Amino acid sequence: MSPTYAPLSPAPRPAVRRILSHGLYETRNVLRNGEQLLVSLILPLLVLFGAHRLELITSSATPSIDMITPGVLALAVMASGFTGQGIATGFERQYGVLAYLATTPLGPTGLILGKAIAVLAVVAVQVLVIGSAGLALGWDPQPLGLVWLGVVVVLGATAFTALGLLLAGTVRAEATLALTNVIWVLLGAAGGSVFPLNHDDAGALLLLLPSAALGEGLRTASLQGAFPVLEALILAGWAAVAMLAARRWFNWR
Amino acid sequence: MRHVRYAVGSARSSRGLTEILRGVDLTARAGEVTVLLGPNGAGKTTTLGCAQGLLHPTQGTVQLLGQDPFRAGADLRARVGVMLQDGGLPQSVQPRALLKHVASLHQNPWPLEDLAHRLDMESFLATSIRRLSGGQKQRVALAASLLGRPEVVFLDEPTAGLDPQSRQTVFELIGELREMGMGIILTTHLLEEAQKLADSVFILKDGEVVRHGTVAELTSTGARGADATADPTRRMVFTASRTLTRAEIASSPLAIELDGGVSNGPGAAWMTPGLSGPEQLRALAAWWELIDMMPVEVRMEARTLEDVFWEVSVS
Repeated sequence: MSPTYAPLSPAPRPAVRRILSHGLYETRNVLRNGEQLLVSLILPLLVLFGAHRLELITSSATPSIDMITPGVLALAVMASGFTGQGIATGFERQYGVLAYLATTPLGPTGLILGKAIAVLAVVAVQVLVIGSAGLALGWDPQPLGLVWLGVVVVLGATAFTALGLLLAGTVRAEATLALTNVIWVLLGAAGGSVFPLNHDDAGALLLLLPSAALGEGLRTASLQGAFPVLEALILAGWAAVAMLAARRWFNWR
Repeated sequence: MRHVRYAVGSARSSRGLTEILRGVDLTARAGEVTVLLGPNGAGKTTTLGCAQGLLHPTQGTVQLLGQDPFRAGADLRARVGVMLQDGGLPQSVQPRALLKHVASLHQNPWPLEDLAHRLDMESFLATSIRRLSGGQKQRVALAASLLGRPEVVFLDEPTAGLDPQSRQTVFELIGELREMGMGIILTTHLLEEAQKLADSVFILKDGEVVRHGTVAELTSTGARGADATADPTRRMVFTASRTLTRAEIASSPLAIELDGGVSNGPGAAWMTPGLSGPEQLRALAAWWELIDMMPVEVRMEARTLEDVFWEVSVS
């Protein structure tokens, strides 16, 4: 036994240090994970370049890149919050990592706050990379709109992370893996995130989807420089419902 | 008796519709090794889960270092180390990154290099946990539970999957930690090691504590058939060369019974549940002469924790 072991009074680091430390640890894990990077950054970038090049979104009034960039940002936020955190947390639950970390000074609350920091950090990287790529392709957002865009991104990240965690805490890890990927692709292709909604009839109802609220919200912010009140409320509603449901049904093991 | 530092008092727990614990009354003390034994499904892990604050018993109270572990904050969690049965390790992370992170949650962590050296982990600190062997993962989980230099550590089968050498290292470490005043609560299926290490033992069956006490108390009481003068911790086992008749068995100077469910016949092991002195050995030898049966093998045995465990398991 090393003489450096002394049964001195064990004590936790201050809460802020613990939570920041966990946020950093999680962020590093995400950025080092090849599959997560693929879904969070590379696939959205491919969609950005592809949709721009093939002119998949055309509008007489607006240059296509102005429509595509906020939509791809929505897709990326969904990827890191919903798919990335959902899958990572699902497997952490399966392997007992959540239970173990809950017994450390971090505790369940610190664990969740640390994850929130990690999601925001990764989303910040996504906004930076995809935003820069969009700007390079000619994206011309309203300057004030960028502030609202930031607010909607945070709301969207909160809602989708809560939904991802809800899934991760209630079904098996393998099912979370399959479901989050399928739902991400469906919402990305037809859920009003990348492709703008048709606001007539049934199209307007689609706005109730979190993906549509996020996509439309980001487009409104960047194209018009206005705060998308309705979309923000829809996202906040999804976040609240998912958090309440997770509180009720989330299993740590 | 030393001061009672932590206890799982009268916990009952149910998950879904299945009641797992039916009332476990268990007290463990600082600076001692408390061992929980029991067949698979007896409720050991659920008992630990209640004590660690991961599960909330549906009835009863749990006190860990004077607090309710389910509602306790970071201060209590820093004083308690936990090694879960399934390890609780993230698969895609390297042990060094995980352990550094866990250390960062504590004010005065055990220096990682020291602990890694002590557990012979240096060679795989930079290998992804997914690629480690079962025994290496066990050591990472054990290190993670000890990093905060806790006062109490819960080890759920800490030696599962370890080779004999690593098992020895872990048990030596547990002994040393006890010497330093750490309270250790562990589950294991290795009864021989448990017997050497345990200060107190709780045997669980079907969610209840069916026996508890020190190893000496457990091995000296409750032996089947032991008479008042016999030392129940000693017994003799002989292997018969032929089937013994009912009359022969009845004529034995000492009560004998078949060992561990074997049937009467050539090669069957018979045992005396207890022995009071050498004169009984002489009497047995005289009896063998009388019935004209030369045993194939004769040996003296001390009653062990394993015997107690089997008695409890089959009863």
